[in-house]
Amino acid sequence: MTETKARTTARALPGTARLRLGRVGETRHLGLIVALALLAVVGLITRPENFATSDNLVSILALASTIGVITVGMTFVIIGGGIDLSVGAVMALASVWATTLATQSYGPWVMALCAILVGTGAGLVNGILIAYGRLVPFIATLAMLVAARGLAQRISDRKTQLIRPENDAIVELSTTRVLGLPLLVYIFALVVVVGWIVLNRTTFGRRTFAVGGNPEAARLAGIDVRRHTMLLYAISGFCCGVAAILIMARTTTGSSTHGDLYELDAIAAVIIGGTLLTGGRGSIIGSILGLLIFTVITNLFILNGLNTSDQLIAKGLIIVAAVLLQRRGLVGRRA
Amino acid sequence: MSRQDARLARRGFLFGGAVVGAGALVTACTSNEPPAAQQSAAPSQAPAAVTDNDRPGREVKIGFSAPAADHGWIAAIAKNAEEAAKRYSDVTFVPVEPTNDINQQISAVESLIQQKVDVLVLLPNDGEQLNQVARRAMDAGIPVVNLDRIFPDKLSYRTWIGGDNYGMGVAAGHYIGRKLKEKGVTDPVILEIQGIATLPLTQERSKGFEDALRTYGYRVTARQDAQFTVESGTEVATNLLQAHKKIDAIWNHDDDQGVGVLAAIKEAGRNEFFMVGGAGSANAMREIQSGTSVLECTVTYSPTMAGSAVKLARLIAQGRGMSDLVEQQVPQSITLASETITKDNVEQYLPLGFES
Repeated sequence: MTETKARTTARALPGTARLRLGRVGETRHLGLIVALALLAVVGLITRPENFATSDNLVSILALASTIGVITVGMTFVIIGGGIDLSVGAVMALASVWATTLATQSYGPWVMALCAILVGTGAGLVNGILIAYGRLVPFIATLAMLVAARGLAQRISDRKTQLIRPENDAIVELSTTRVLGLPLLVYIFALVVVVGWIVLNRTTFGRRTFAVGGNPEAARLAGIDVRRHTMLLYAISGFCCGVAAILIMARTTTGSSTHGDLYELDAIAAVIIGGTLLTGGRGSIIGSILGLLIFTVITNLFILNGLNTSDQLIAKGLIIVAAVLLQRRGLVGRRA
Repeated sequence: MSRQDARLARRGFLFGGAVVGAGALVTACTSNEPPAAQQSAAPSQAPAAVTDNDRPGREVKIGFSAPAADHGWIAAIAKNAEEAAKRYSDVTFVPVEPTNDINQQISAVESLIQQKVDVLVLLPNDGEQLNQVARRAMDAGIPVVNLDRIFPDKLSYRTWIGGDNYGMGVAAGHYIGRKLKEKGVTDPVILEIQGIATLPLTQERSKGFEDALRTYGYRVTARQDAQFTVESGTEVATNLLQAHKKIDAIWNHDDDQGVGVLAAIKEAGRNEFFMVGGAGSANAMREIQSGTSVLECTVTYSPTMAGSAVKLARLIAQGRGMSDLVEQQVPQSITLASETITKDNVEQYLPLGFES
């Protein structure tokens, strides 16, 4: 029925994976939106005076921004058939590197550039090890996780590095509001939009799906799979660099403790969002919705004065439920 | 084929060059050396009055083992210990590689026992799990000065010195209670931001806070735990500020995570309340000193205890007592009081504050 559409959008893909993706995406997003709506209803019932205030919604978005940017990069890597465990550590490293006294003496722009260069550089190292060094992504990025965290501790001497008053331009990303939203939310939105366009409207994006879906077929179709894989990790690293700027803005510091276990939060958001861990399928919008669900849960628990342990249990249950639903959806479609 | 190779090689070269270039560009940015003037302006320990005990005595070798510093407080512990040791010409200080792994700390302490140090200063990762090896040191005739995290078995240490977590909560509770009573607030909204909730020290702090507040007829309105990290402080505080539109007072257990809490407060633009910190970092003290911050006060849990522990270790090894006490030997246990730092006395504490 929509075969023609599939053919035009996914010429490089074997079969009609692209067609299925479109449909799955829509229904799955619907499920996520319903889940988010349900959470909102819970919020409205339990804390009517606090939950739906614009202030609260803004702080939910601001909280989601940092991991959100990382989640966009993670979505690329996972669709491309890989995984990046090093995101939290790379973000910490970038935040530390950008807030050393030496870097700070060059002003806020150099600090931001430094964070992005360090993030992208670490991502490239991951990519080269995986694509050209033939390391398993899990192992290469695990090594990067450990090493980047260590280097961050080394550089910062395990201290919390405050942003100096003359570089407050970084902090203003979080304190300055335009149309009621802090600037960092716009940065987050920009990353999501650019990510979405690259993934869905460019050759690079189509190749990402192809490489993740079937690398051998992608290679036969003329895609330089290794180079492409390397670039995917560089994108993830770049996103970590941007996230480092945001965390510096929010906390007014760079620290080797930043981003602890972010990799798990980002991977969980991507999975809940309907991206297959085996690669080849997924969407950025889904990942962001998945992340928002997590952030809203944290917000609801604190608004209601409940403790952190129950919150972790709830998150665990949601991951399991999302994956079970995903599998049922797949089986149903095949039958 | 060869053309392909050449292309690849050229690309590889260019790419490698770019990576190296970027590396060189950013390595220039990893230095954290403050300008010399600043460095000398930050003494970390106030000079103590010279007593008879400070005069050189028998040469002693002090072994030192502590967890790896993943937090400003622990980093300050190692620094304070080393600085105290440096003051004495008769002390040889033997620190071992700090670690967060119980197994490694056990073998590190074993190596100190084998080196036959005269006395050991130990801050265990976990008192229960390091108890055995501390006991072995004592059995080998090496006195152990147990720092902060206590060994369950009294045979495992000669002297314990540490902070008072319950007392810290009490001090914070009294400051908040007294201040709100003076203002005549009847049903105040008091928030508490804990560190890692599962730690006994956190529970003791909360208990002390609750008990002290109760004497004023107040109670904690809401309590949330963070992770002792800046980032967790920001996240928890952001959400708590949303949950409570009008707050009277906040106690945050830890000044390191307090940096994040203050960032969240600043971002939300709130200032209708006052905040009390915990531990006594230099940064918190500077905030208090500024007089414009919501942070008005912090209650200490000072890492200077490590300096005191080294001094005690020296006295024990030399067989001397504490000169202000009548007894001829160092006491078996010393609990430090949690001191309240406000704008009025912050000057006096600033040199003792640790950089977070």
